[in-house]
Amino acid sequence: MPDGLPVRVVLAKLGLDGHDRGLKVVARMLRDGGMEVVYLGLRQTTGSIIDAVEQEDADVVGISMLNAGHLTLGPRMVDALADAGLDVPVVIGGIVPDEDRPALAAAGVAGVLGPGAPADEVVACVRAAAASRGR
Amino acid sequence: MANTDSRPDSDSRPGFRTLSGIPVDGVYGEGPLPGEFPYTRGVHADMYRSRLWTMRMFAGFGTAGDTNARFHELLRSGGTGLSTAFDMPTLMGRDSDHEWALGEVGRAGVAVDTVEDMVDLFAGIDLGAVSTSMTINGPAPILLAMYVAVAEQGGIHRGRLAGTLQNDILKEYQAQKEYVFPPRPSVRLVTDVIRFTTAEMPRWNPVSISGYHIREAGSTAAHELAFTLANGFAYVEAATAAGLHVDDFAPRLSFFFNSHNDFFEEVGKFRAARRIWARWMRDRYGATDERSLKLRFHTQTAGVSLTAQQPEVNIARVAMQALAGVLGGTQSLHTDSHDEALALPSEEAARIALRTQQVIAHETGVAIVADPLGGSDYVEWMTDEMERRATDVFAHLDDLGGGSILEGVYAGIESGWFAGEIADAAYRYEREVNAGDRIVVGVNAFTEGHDAERARLLRIGQDTEDLQLKRLEGVKQARDDRAVADALRRVAVDAAESATNLMPALMEAVAVRTTVGEIVEALEGVFGTYVEQAVV
Repeated sequence: MPDGLPVRVVLAKLGLDGHDRGLKVVARMLRDGGMEVVYLGLRQTTGSIIDAVEQEDADVVGISMLNAGHLTLGPRMVDALADAGLDVPVVIGGIVPDEDRPALAAAGVAGVLGPGAPADEVVACVRAAAASRGR
Repeated sequence: MANTDSRPDSDSRPGFRTLSGIPVDGVYGEGPLPGEFPYTRGVHADMYRSRLWTMRMFAGFGTAGDTNARFHELLRSGGTGLSTAFDMPTLMGRDSDHEWALGEVGRAGVAVDTVEDMVDLFAGIDLGAVSTSMTINGPAPILLAMYVAVAEQGGIHRGRLAGTLQNDILKEYQAQKEYVFPPRPSVRLVTDVIRFTTAEMPRWNPVSISGYHIREAGSTAAHELAFTLANGFAYVEAATAAGLHVDDFAPRLSFFFNSHNDFFEEVGKFRAARRIWARWMRDRYGATDERSLKLRFHTQTAGVSLTAQQPEVNIARVAMQALAGVLGGTQSLHTDSHDEALALPSEEAARIALRTQQVIAHETGVAIVADPLGGSDYVEWMTDEMERRATDVFAHLDDLGGGSILEGVYAGIESGWFAGEIADAAYRYEREVNAGDRIVVGVNAFTEGHDAERARLLRIGQDTEDLQLKRLEGVKQARDDRAVADALRRVAVDAAESATNLMPALMEAVAVRTTVGEIVEALEGVFGTYVEQAVV
């Protein structure tokens, strides 16, 4: 990521889960933190997210899940981006038990944000994910 | 000293004395008393003296067999009603073998594809004796048809069934976002269910008008109250437009509210809800049956208030939120499990949550006097303030709808007004917590002692999905495909005819083991699919 340009983040709900309170709050936190947010909203697929990443030249993908599907859908998103030849890290937000974090990290998920994560942590996590590109 | 009189004297039973033995009256203060219009103080004169609230614990995960075992455990532990959580594919009207269902089968609720799953879900439970609540909205009429089919297979006529179908589609567009079809045909499905249960299921609540999800999505208490009652008025307008008289169905409309952390704000909200409903039903909608005027409601403690940090502290939050619901006069109550910010409730956590209600009911003494907070200057002021704020919203919606609350609600959905108000309030709250202006114990203050790893969490593995897929495959192979095709054709034909009630066609379809997803797709063919404009 070139210095000076704002980090550009695609935010989406992957799958059927409709709980969008957290993702909307995160969208505003990231905006207030100086990032550019592309908010895709509900019922996105890995394909629709990848389309948006390519069109918007995004640095990070943020997906939100409160339906216990993260161990299935998180790695799927990482793999789908890799298969598309995109070096774009994935951050997951939502209800993720601590003990699942190592498995998600091993699957290539760059960061996990739990319920109530403060704005500083949210912005720092996404910034660190963006900075990890190309490593 | 021997008591020779064996008759229970209601006023001297030990339960109606304080812990120290002081006898207490059923109510204190001046009228209007509980049970009297406008019911601010409660819908029954003696409230919990004659009957405690229903302790209805929401449960659902994995396969129908897994959830059935949890139902039996809750009934053994003293639960007095069932409440079913369906998994995300079922809520969205998709079968377990749909591509969108991958990773979601049985995770956040129970998977139901066909009537066979419904048979397993209620195995060994006397549906003539328990009341069952089903949290389902988009595909609600299909799940109701399945429930009736299961009961009648077991020899229990639909007229005897007691329970509640959530079936509140308007709040889905505003907050919970589990819609399938566009708003207008969806409201027609709601009124089809109201017409069906009004005619054939007199003990069934066809809609549970729900503020819970609006609040969870981030709204204020006043907006939860206002949006929910506005949705209630909208259904009244829709059902009367469909040809019913208000007093034919209004007694069976029920409500569902959130009970959050601010104790007196919650109590004021519940009291205001009853007063507003009574006045509007009488004065605007011309209801004359007293039962149409009485707002009855279920309460659930605020899932969103639970913290992943120091999760045991949630037990205290839940207890106080539950107490607010009881002091607000709820008819039934679900208490959240303290581990819900981490995962679905474990059996142990669900039991502690139920025990919390039992402590309130049997140990605290709050249930022996109706509306014990009535007459408090602060509580009465808060009740009035809630009513005033809600009235402002009704005026706005009435304006938007040109004199129709139903049209105003449609307009508010289509313009994103509801979603915008909710998102604004949610962000305001997060900023207050972030800035330290609002203390959340264990999150931004008193943070030492974080110990989340100790919690024993309920895990739903991939094996659930595999089992459910195998089961669905088996049902599909054993059924009569021609009967299914015929049933789906009838569903589509009846859907296209807006005056026809879809329930008979749905009953026929589920009986031949048509899946939820197949029926929903047939309906989508006629109604279309709703896609919201994302607003941040």
